[in-house]
Amino acid sequence: MAHGHKSDEKVVYVGDSRVKKSGRIDGTPPDYTAFPGKSEAFIPNFLLKEWMVGCVVLVGFLVWVMAEAAPLGYPADPTNASFIPMPDWYFLFLYQFLKYPYVSQDYVLLGTIGVPAIMFGALLLAPFLDTGKERRFYRRPIASSLMLLSLAAVTYLTVVSWSHYQDQLEEKGIVPEHHERAEKVREALERGEERPSFLKTDATPALIEADDPAFSIVEAQCISCHAADLGGGAGPSLIGIGNRLSSEEIAEIITHGTEGGMPAFEGMISDEEITQISEWLAKQTQS
Amino acid sequence: MFKSIYNWIDERLDITPLWRDVADHEVPEHVNPAHHFSAFVYCFGGLTFFITVIQILSGMFLTMYYVPDVIHAYASVDYLQHQIPFGKIVRGMHHFGASLVIVMMFLHTLRVFFTGSYKAPREMNWVVGMLIFFIMLGLGFTGYLLPWDNKAYFATKVGVEIAASVPYIGDYIASFLYGGDIVGAQTLTRFFAIHVFFLPGALIAMLAAHFIMIRRQGISGPL
Repeated sequence: MAHGHKSDEKVVYVGDSRVKKSGRIDGTPPDYTAFPGKSEAFIPNFLLKEWMVGCVVLVGFLVWVMAEAAPLGYPADPTNASFIPMPDWYFLFLYQFLKYPYVSQDYVLLGTIGVPAIMFGALLLAPFLDTGKERRFYRRPIASSLMLLSLAAVTYLTVVSWSHYQDQLEEKGIVPEHHERAEKVREALERGEERPSFLKTDATPALIEADDPAFSIVEAQCISCHAADLGGGAGPSLIGIGNRLSSEEIAEIITHGTEGGMPAFEGMISDEEITQISEWLAKQTQS
Repeated sequence: MFKSIYNWIDERLDITPLWRDVADHEVPEHVNPAHHFSAFVYCFGGLTFFITVIQILSGMFLTMYYVPDVIHAYASVDYLQHQIPFGKIVRGMHHFGASLVIVMMFLHTLRVFFTGSYKAPREMNWVVGMLIFFIMLGLGFTGYLLPWDNKAYFATKVGVEIAASVPYIGDYIASFLYGGDIVGAQTLTRFFAIHVFFLPGALIAMLAAHFIMIRRQGISGPL
């Protein structure tokens, strides 16, 4: 496949490339006589070897993929306050970096723009910063040591971030969602049940007699804790409260509060209003 | 038969120089692991491209079942992974392949750096390569949201909040990515469009530039 090249031809190339210093390329690239040695034709000899390497990589990759399922947690729930957010592993170094003083809070600009811009900018423009002719890394001490230092820093930050995350999980006794989910699915399938979907399908049930005047008082006083649909927030859900408590018990709770954090409304709203609300809430039964 | 078809096309389009430029070139000794085993470091670029092709193909198959809206996204991922034949493998390849691309690209970048191959006359190819690196990171970031589970949701929220802390333009970046004020339905469709159309388009253009330049200049010489 090697095409002929007249060795008596005087051709000057740009650097060690195949681009001629002057004049246009005639279409067929010259071969590697500039680097004498055992060069080999790309097609078919070398390509065949490349494909064999590709096959080995592909088989290894497939074995990995079949052995381990891609993780999937529970459906996104914006109200979930206990979830520990974690980016994908290759962003961890940046994520960890932004936790340090002088690059966070008041100095966050330095962390998000300053340092990354300098680092990535230097990487992007490396050929224009390191302009010497020398290519061997041990003869370019500044460029090489800066790169090794950055590598060490990125590795360190990634490891610290990950071990910090593991510590947090252990401390709070949290199992990562995708493990928990996979475990639940496995258990359900072992019991012979259907595969659970984990999607919330039940919409919040409608309120009973929502046009009652008591609801306007509820709207003013209660929804900041019990949510606009009374489905619960900081305070418990009031849907179906009528199944559990009578109107007198509800009135008692509203008047004096609870140890769980419900404030006492005695004096804040009239006794009449309390009676109105508790009678209306007592009607909130669910079948 | 094939020869005459080839000649017929070649006569009209003159494809021989093109074909030679793509395929009919020589592999110098110093990058051939058959001669020097340490030359395996020159494989990482090709492997990056190989995994990228896997990513594109597996991604194309994923979009057959994936539905980019907040109600169905999670259910469709769950369905395609567990109910579709080979779904586990296709999603697994796309999920783990994303990490593998980053690893291979990282190794390729280090090889180019430590062999000084980015030096004249190959500066432009290095810059394009770094742009490919950033596009890949963008693909990783936007793809992370698509399964719409808690991990996806909160990581995206944190990521965009970090971007929002940039002075002057931070709020614009945030509202561009959110498509509103929160991570919601608009964010998901936006990230889907960016992940599936905008960034792959840019990636393919950059890869083309990367390969045209390496073919035109040839691989860097021995150290």
